[in-house]
Amino acid sequence: MGKNIRCIVAKPGLDGHDRGAKVISRGLRDAGLEIIYTGLHQTPDDIVESVVQEDPDVLLLSILSGAHTVLFPEIMKKFKEEGIDDVLVLGGGIIPDEDIVKMKEVGISEIFGPGTKIQEIVDYIKGHLKR
Amino acid sequence: MEPLKKSSEAEFELQNLIERMRKGDRRAVARLITKVENGGPEVSKKILKEIYPETGKSFIIGITGAPGSGKSTLTNQVASEYLKKGLKVGIIAVDPTSPFSGGALLGDRIRMKSNFTNKNLFIRSMANRGKLGGLAMATKEAIHILDAYGSDLIIVETVGVGQSEIDIFKSAHTTLVIMPPGMGDEIQAIKAGITEITDIFVVNKMDRDGADKRVNELETMLDIGENIVVDQINHNVRIVKSKKWRPPVIKTNALSGENVPELIKLIESHREFSKTSGLKKKRLAYRYKHYVVDIIKYFQNKDIEHLIFSNPKINDFVDQILSYKTGSDPYSISEIILELFSKRYFS
Amino acid sequence: MTSTEKNRENFEIIKKEKERWTDEIVKKSLEKVPERKRVFKNLSNIKINSLYTPEDIKDLNYIKDLGFPGEYPYTRAAQPTSYRARFWTMRQFAGLGNAKETNKRFKYLIANGQTGLSVAFHLPTIYGYESSSPMSAGEVGKEGVAIDSLADMEQLFDGIDLSKISTSMTINAPASILLCMYLAVGEKQGVPMNKLTGTIQNDILKEYQAQKSYIFPPEPSMRLIVDTIEFCTKNVPKWNTISISGYHIREAGSTAVQELAFTLANGLAYVEAGIERGLNIDDFAPRLSHFFNAHNNFFEEIAKYRAARRIWAKHLREDYGAKDPKSWRLRFHTQTAGVSLTAKEPYNNIIRVTLQALAAVLGGTQSLHSNSFDEALALPSEDAVRIALRTQQIIAEESGVADVIDPLGGSYYVEALTNKMEEECENYFTKIKEMGKGSILKGSIIGVKNNFYQREIANASYQFQRELEAKEQIQVGVNKYKFEGKTIEPPELIKISDEVSNEQIESLNNVKAQRDEALAQKSLEKIKEIAQGTENLIPYILTAVKAYCSVGEIIDVFRKVFEVYREESIF
Repeated sequence: MGKNIRCIVAKPGLDGHDRGAKVISRGLRDAGLEIIYTGLHQTPDDIVESVVQEDPDVLLLSILSGAHTVLFPEIMKKFKEEGIDDVLVLGGGIIPDEDIVKMKEVGISEIFGPGTKIQEIVDYIKGHLKR
Repeated sequence: MEPLKKSSEAEFELQNLIERMRKGDRRAVARLITKVENGGPEVSKKILKEIYPETGKSFIIGITGAPGSGKSTLTNQVASEYLKKGLKVGIIAVDPTSPFSGGALLGDRIRMKSNFTNKNLFIRSMANRGKLGGLAMATKEAIHILDAYGSDLIIVETVGVGQSEIDIFKSAHTTLVIMPPGMGDEIQAIKAGITEITDIFVVNKMDRDGADKRVNELETMLDIGENIVVDQINHNVRIVKSKKWRPPVIKTNALSGENVPELIKLIESHREFSKTSGLKKKRLAYRYKHYVVDIIKYFQNKDIEHLIFSNPKINDFVDQILSYKTGSDPYSISEIILELFSKRYFS
Repeated sequence: MTSTEKNRENFEIIKKEKERWTDEIVKKSLEKVPERKRVFKNLSNIKINSLYTPEDIKDLNYIKDLGFPGEYPYTRAAQPTSYRARFWTMRQFAGLGNAKETNKRFKYLIANGQTGLSVAFHLPTIYGYESSSPMSAGEVGKEGVAIDSLADMEQLFDGIDLSKISTSMTINAPASILLCMYLAVGEKQGVPMNKLTGTIQNDILKEYQAQKSYIFPPEPSMRLIVDTIEFCTKNVPKWNTISISGYHIREAGSTAVQELAFTLANGLAYVEAGIERGLNIDDFAPRLSHFFNAHNNFFEEIAKYRAARRIWAKHLREDYGAKDPKSWRLRFHTQTAGVSLTAKEPYNNIIRVTLQALAAVLGGTQSLHSNSFDEALALPSEDAVRIALRTQQIIAEESGVADVIDPLGGSYYVEALTNKMEEECENYFTKIKEMGKGSILKGSIIGVKNNFYQREIANASYQFQRELEAKEQIQVGVNKYKFEGKTIEPPELIKISDEVSNEQIESLNNVKAQRDEALAQKSLEKIKEIAQGTENLIPYILTAVKAYCSVGEIIDVFRKVFEVYREESIF
């Protein structure tokens, strides 16, 4: 018995590039985390519903299509509506620097771009859990 | 372990969550499950004391099958059928924890997408966290929580390997075992004791070659099984089984939904049979008997550990063991300690 | 002594001499300076020796295994003159924002010497959603051009003469619809179907295996593909009906061998599907084209292309009995590996792209897209696209590599590696055939449903990531030679405003308001009826497209009839 870190890995939007999301899921599992993989094409409602039911410590969002400008803020808005404030939210994918600032403003704690080591993500998660 | 909170504060938090759950707050349900997952029997104890009278209403279905048998997809289909009737459905999807890293990949939600936003559905993925015997105690508590939350139906879905099937059987009213064609030429089932736990056999992926062959194999196996005495001792677990129910074998295609309504009819008829034949009551009695044993074991183990380790006498006993003399072997010493226990001299 | 005996003796001498050299000369040298790595291997985990000699290819039969360019088994080149007559087609994939913006980009590329168009569609089109669908939120015009109806397609090719240029369209599940739109634009320009040239990707198998932009289950998807093949064989004879794509398999993390094997097996599956429909193989096989990735390991890539031609030729002739040499001949497009680009020090990507493009040219590609160096950051900017095109032009015009056909043919290493790639590819074929009880078509579909491919690719991709993190694989500037200082600023990145979405939705609404609604609805009804049966769907799709039905509307009809496919998650 004891606390295990639970993470949801979700791919919002329509892009089907799930290599990164899957490699990271597997890497985090091998680092001892529990990963709930929710698959492709998740709408903000799907993602928030998963977070409500699964009660994870961390939500990792992976997106490569550029739809983050709309979808990330939408997810964070719904988090507010549901009163979810103790889940660490991270983003990954091709996200330009100027957008990173905006994403952090809406509550995404960190963005990991291409070439990030899995260990960096693990270390970040362990150092920034919100509960 | 959960970070230690002042007990009154922690209890207030649990109380608050339970209140919210009673009002239908889904996040509170989720958080309560997290609490039993991380807090163990100490936390479960507090929650169950509070919610137990509200449980006992859900119909619990166990679904098990090997990886790739299509059990998540089938679970989704079964859930959909009950959701269509306007019922409230809970799903607990249990996946194994990696013995190497302690992590787990829980990928069952992905196949349940079509039902995602239905507010009558609550899906929870759980890692078994290395509990031998598959279903961890936390899963049983999660069932209680979803029961108290008002689920009409709870489906517990788990990878079927050996002991975990027995565990499902212990927790469920009706157990489905999925045996798709083409997964191993001969049925290993007899060895694993699958016949004993199954209420309904599902030959999923019926569009594949070998589906009919698989059905025949199962029927033959059941024919032989009818002559075997039930209520036998198996793996030290007493199996509660009725001679009057021969597990039906049904073919399905979970992907297309073919034969799923027929499967539902079978589930319902087993449900009815359990009730009228008294099987349900027998199983429940069996389940809670074991449950109580599990709980007692847990707390007693902890007590014993505490008693022994905190008592300076143990060091003398260890010294004796290390002397390597006749009568100082660990067994003899343990007997002495047990003797002291029984006379209450060891405290 | 016969010449074979002489040869054998010769190999014996080489073998002995090599042993001597290894034992005496190399050993001594290694004592002073050991090799950099314990094992040298390429990206397919094939062990690479330090030196290759004639002995490594002693069984190679020149006429049988290599032959002459443009002749069976095409190992050396698909065309008899290769690049001495014409360079490869320089075809840069483009699509952004709305049709008007992309039309501008097309004209820019043509003005700069590009010789073929390649359309990237935005994700809503790829998944068959209208721009106004909630599923399209945030996606409109982002990864490609937003095409909802024929009106957008007319705008996309406005002022571009379709009789003079060939167009490649990267579209799969809705491929038949986009093809019909292209045919309709051609008709409006006065170019008859039989004069139109181009390619639709139309390769659904790799979508299930890797790229994931499938919509329907495999069986109805295969029907749509064979419908397209059948229709084009009769009516659009110069059109490449499928671009059998390994590119995405590789981008999803496969090895080069997997890319080769899965792509060719998919191709053979389409061949079997066409034959099953009752088509004559030599009527449709010549219009099947291929699409490969050009990744980092230079010689491995070259060997891959050469092996691909030989394997395809052998199977088409020997297994499927094709008689027309055009059926045997594998032609392919290449794109440099997007996944190899780094966001750190983006200008380094220009060098990566150059090497990858060079490998594609040395491997004899028919057309090439070279990636822009800023693609790990955002959509390619105009300057970056031009540099990418210039990369190809410099290889073509300045390096001299295009002046001789298959310059690496006969290299002991390249030939040995070509053989090895073929061997490993055949091993995969055997597995796939086993799954399909002798049929590659059945094996491919079963493999998809069993997640055979997905698992193979996921494992390869995870292994690569681990090697990268252990620095067994090097990315310059990322896990070695990290540069902490300031790099040259990349040119201004292209950003698609979320405004594009509103404009696109408005224009779609206008199109719908202005169309003959009764005609549109009637044609959709008709599609539904035909979809439930077995008649070829293409003529009915063409009618619906001309009635300005949207991609989303037509796909919705199919969704109802065919249902949607959901995969299991494989890591």
